[in-house]
Amino acid sequence: MRPDMPGRPARVGDGPVARRVLIGLACLLTLAFLVAPIALIFTQALAAGPEGYLRAITDGDTLHAIVLTLTTAAIVVLINMLFGLAAAWALSRFRGPALLLVVIELPYSISPIVGGVMYLLLYGNQGLFGPWLAAHDIRLMFTPAAIILVTLFITSPFVARELLPLMQAQGIDEEEAALSLGAGFWRTMTDVTLPNVKWALLYGAILCTARSIGEFGGVSVVSGNVRGQTNTLPLQIELLYNDYNATGAFAAATTLTLLALATIGAKMLLERRRTA
Amino acid sequence: MLLPLLALALKATSLSWAAYWTIISSPRALSSYRVTLTGALIATVWNAIYGLLMAWVLVRYAFSGRRLLDALMDLPMALPTAVAGIALTTLFAPKGWFGHLLSPLGIKVAYTQLGIGIAMAFTSAPFVVRTVQPVLEEIEPEIEEAARTLGAGSLTILWRILWPAIFPAFLAGCALSFARSLGEFGAVIFIAGNLPLKTEITALLTLIRLEEFDYPAATAIASVLLIAAFLMLALTNAVQLYSLRHGEHSR
Repeated sequence: MRPDMPGRPARVGDGPVARRVLIGLACLLTLAFLVAPIALIFTQALAAGPEGYLRAITDGDTLHAIVLTLTTAAIVVLINMLFGLAAAWALSRFRGPALLLVVIELPYSISPIVGGVMYLLLYGNQGLFGPWLAAHDIRLMFTPAAIILVTLFITSPFVARELLPLMQAQGIDEEEAALSLGAGFWRTMTDVTLPNVKWALLYGAILCTARSIGEFGGVSVVSGNVRGQTNTLPLQIELLYNDYNATGAFAAATTLTLLALATIGAKMLLERRRTA
Repeated sequence: MLLPLLALALKATSLSWAAYWTIISSPRALSSYRVTLTGALIATVWNAIYGLLMAWVLVRYAFSGRRLLDALMDLPMALPTAVAGIALTTLFAPKGWFGHLLSPLGIKVAYTQLGIGIAMAFTSAPFVVRTVQPVLEEIEPEIEEAARTLGAGSLTILWRILWPAIFPAFLAGCALSFARSLGEFGAVIFIAGNLPLKTEITALLTLIRLEEFDYPAATAIASVLLIAAFLMLALTNAVQLYSLRHGEHSR
């Protein structure tokens, strides 16, 4: 029992034993549960030495997968920033039906696999638009376009849900002031609306990037898994792993892991900025 | 956004009720629901305990490395699920870092139900921490001090003041964690072993039916996952509403 200090009674769990045990336990569990997998990825990737790692990472199909994944992410994040901005703006300015909010959040809670199936049923050969697409000689499924579409669907809530609470809290006073002083719509947008939400927008974009780079379930339904053509990096990792090419799989995984760590770092910096 | 949903609903309703029922109640499908639900339950129980501990330690104690520990909580969200999947499988394989410690004890993780639970736990780890943390931060020290001056012991304060305050948020975090686990795919398929009737999750069964070009069956099973997601969404919204109201009452 800790002697009562004058002035400030101890809070629950402030005793030195409880404190040490709990912090120790938390660090130990996190080390085993979250840090060990990361450490393992790097040791496995480097198990064949630096040359083996370099060879694995510069493999043609892996490089192609990296490029495809990054291009997809860039396109998806850009569109989602625009969509998220428009959706959050509309939802905070006009009173839409509550259902709209649920629909925007929906992709967040359904399994990516189900998302992929939906798109297959919509644009696949036997899908709703299948005959029309076939008649116009447009092939969508099992192409990079399909990968982009599905990733877009799955990551669509990320930007909007970061922006919405902020835009609702800020209200329309500043925008009205700008408009009444004679600023046009675009001027108001770029000089008032956007600067107010830039950090939240960036934050949403970071989360969206991480999610689109790692998207696996939905993409694996619609990509067709053609090596060197429609294989994104996570799919390429699955292929290599199932080929018993552990070095190749883990080498490819290191790039995604580094991106994940960079995401966390960026998030930390942003949070410090936002609270500052 | 609604169009894909419509396509799935149309395809699912084009099946007769009897045919739909036969597909979704086949032994293989039923077993996949059991495997998925059990896995999600294991994951949620683990994350409930781990999440509470982490939220408590991160809020109540100041120590070097706290910021880093806090940032690490987001790792499962940032790490692609396929990467998590191969890393966890290798860790828990019989010769892996953890596997070779556990196998003499007769505990098998890779390619078992327990492994599925662990993979789901990894990907849904942030939810409980991140819902409980802000609520715990908001509890004023004065309330605890008042209780102590009135003669309450640590256990009483914990049970009568702190626990009721964080309980709604804790419940919401558990619901989110469970929902995410139900839909998890990437991390699970590597560690599961994917034996039909034993360690096959529902999401994978959907994909297998697709690869067999059995679109009606894939659609029917996907619709079950979708309905489960809707139910969980309704449940989490209800819990969050309850926690909002509860918060207002205590203030």
